[in-house]
Amino acid sequence: MSTVEATDTKPVLQAEGLIKRFGRVTALAGADLDLYPGEVLAVIGDNGAGKSSLIKCIGGAMVPDEGTIRLDGDVQRFRSPTDAQQVGIETVHQSLAVAPALDIAANLFLGREWRKPGVLGSVFRVMDRSRMRERARQALDDLGIGTLQDITQAVETLSGGQRQAVAVARAAAFGSKVVILDEPTAALGVRESRQVLALIEQLRDQGLPVILISHNMPDVFAVADRIHIQRLGRRIAVVTPQTHTMSDAVAIMTGAADE
Amino acid sequence: MTSSASALMHDGQGVLDRIQRVLHRYPVVSPALVLALALVVFTITGDGRFGRPQTVGLMLQQTAVLATLAIGQTLIILTAGIDLAVGSAMILVHLVMAKAVVDGLPGVGPVPAIVALVVGILLGMLLGAIHAGLVTRLALPPFIVTLGTFYVFQSVGLVYSEAQTISADAMGRDSLLLLTGRGLSLGPVPITWGVLFALLLYAVVSFVLNATAWGRHVYAVGDDAEAARLAGIKVTRVLFSVYVVAGVFYALGAWVQLGRSLSASVNAATDANLASITAVVIGGTSLFGGRGRILGTLIGALIVTVFRVGLSLAGVDVFYVNMAIGALILVAVGLDQWIRKVGA
Repeated sequence: MSTVEATDTKPVLQAEGLIKRFGRVTALAGADLDLYPGEVLAVIGDNGAGKSSLIKCIGGAMVPDEGTIRLDGDVQRFRSPTDAQQVGIETVHQSLAVAPALDIAANLFLGREWRKPGVLGSVFRVMDRSRMRERARQALDDLGIGTLQDITQAVETLSGGQRQAVAVARAAAFGSKVVILDEPTAALGVRESRQVLALIEQLRDQGLPVILISHNMPDVFAVADRIHIQRLGRRIAVVTPQTHTMSDAVAIMTGAADE
Repeated sequence: MTSSASALMHDGQGVLDRIQRVLHRYPVVSPALVLALALVVFTITGDGRFGRPQTVGLMLQQTAVLATLAIGQTLIILTAGIDLAVGSAMILVHLVMAKAVVDGLPGVGPVPAIVALVVGILLGMLLGAIHAGLVTRLALPPFIVTLGTFYVFQSVGLVYSEAQTISADAMGRDSLLLLTGRGLSLGPVPITWGVLFALLLYAVVSFVLNATAWGRHVYAVGDDAEAARLAGIKVTRVLFSVYVVAGVFYALGAWVQLGRSLSASVNAATDANLASITAVVIGGTSLFGGRGRILGTLIGALIVTVFRVGLSLAGVDVFYVNMAIGALILVAVGLDQWIRKVGA
């Protein structure tokens, strides 16, 4: 039996009419976004189109002035990234947000360390290091990152691609609903970019929907199921790699298609 | 075994690489080697006096105050900060504690030693909180903040004590405040309760830094504050707590100081401000934050004392001692710079 996506599938994540103004500048002018289960949704747009504002609102890093965000149909009001994380939305930031001197396991659990059971954990606040390491190793194995053998290795001893892989693994381990990747390949070479794209496909194969923000059209067309095109603070179109070419997408993005 | 020239070259690089990696992973290794080497050399050159239990005990006693203060300094440096006022804060606190049992606190008569100790700890925390507030709320650089408070605390100490020395007799020779000066023997080595107390503090802080999430967050904040924030760590709160905890160590250092000098005076331990930084740096903690071990600081503090005592017992002119310590600082900083390049 072929698995055709049911047309009545509900979006996991839905943003409607998001508005965000900074003084007289309107970053978001009623932006919408729909993310369906198990898909990679690429978000593209020119500089100033409101990509990052849109993604920040969804990830909790920015509070929209107006509009609603629904996760599995429930309205969410995020005041901080922690709020979004708590309901299962994880963001991998552009700036490779890892602490370089800490090891891989420590970075995966940074800010949400597990404590030992019993008095040791509750009174003496002792972290459960072995359990965290075990879980971290499992998170890396899930993504098939075989190169990262030693979980107690400092992140700064890794290559750029491997660091990004740690950040992705971190998001995948905790993002039960949605993983947002903000320009994950911007700082990487060709080979490492390819590895990160493979990770994104891996996430999708695990059933985790991914939002990918990228400037890199070949990357976008390589992994995206659908492409959300943002222009002047709004979603102007949603295309797929099957129906549109890269130049079509760029034309829509820049407004050249209007003429 | 193959031994082509290229393999040799590769091996040579590999060794240096491996050393760099080991030092990167275990920052305590280099200060520990320096201390061990110094102990061996000075035992040989010290014509039998250096290795004696009495000398060892004396060195431990001389190190206790500095070692205690350097704990707070380490925490602050781990967050990529610096505290130039540790010494003058400690002096102010020890004056207030001593005066509290003799003349009393402002508006109150003399208080029991235990009350004076608690007041001292609260005062230390208050001084730490002043640093914390200026650093986190006003976003001022810790260097400037503590340079300012260094003068302020020193002058407040002078005014408050009226430049008078408070003697052990005035405090009462068996006062709790002087407990840290009371002797005990660790096998053949004569130490004080202050030494034991300082060692205990190192054990506790080492545990907290390694085993608790707070400890890990201290490292993360100094390593990359932005990454820590994005990971959901409340950076301001962590920084605030670090300065307040360092304040507790002002008071604990003050207590050890009272026992060490058996008096309270504005002229006590005037070199503690910079010496604590010296101990931290020689101990292998990076001034750029995020890396280092608290036990390294203990070793660093011991190295300073061992050099002073060892060189003077070896008959080296005392003027050269600071040259040796200065050289150690430069070597330590250079080494840190090299270690941090791992994998970069």
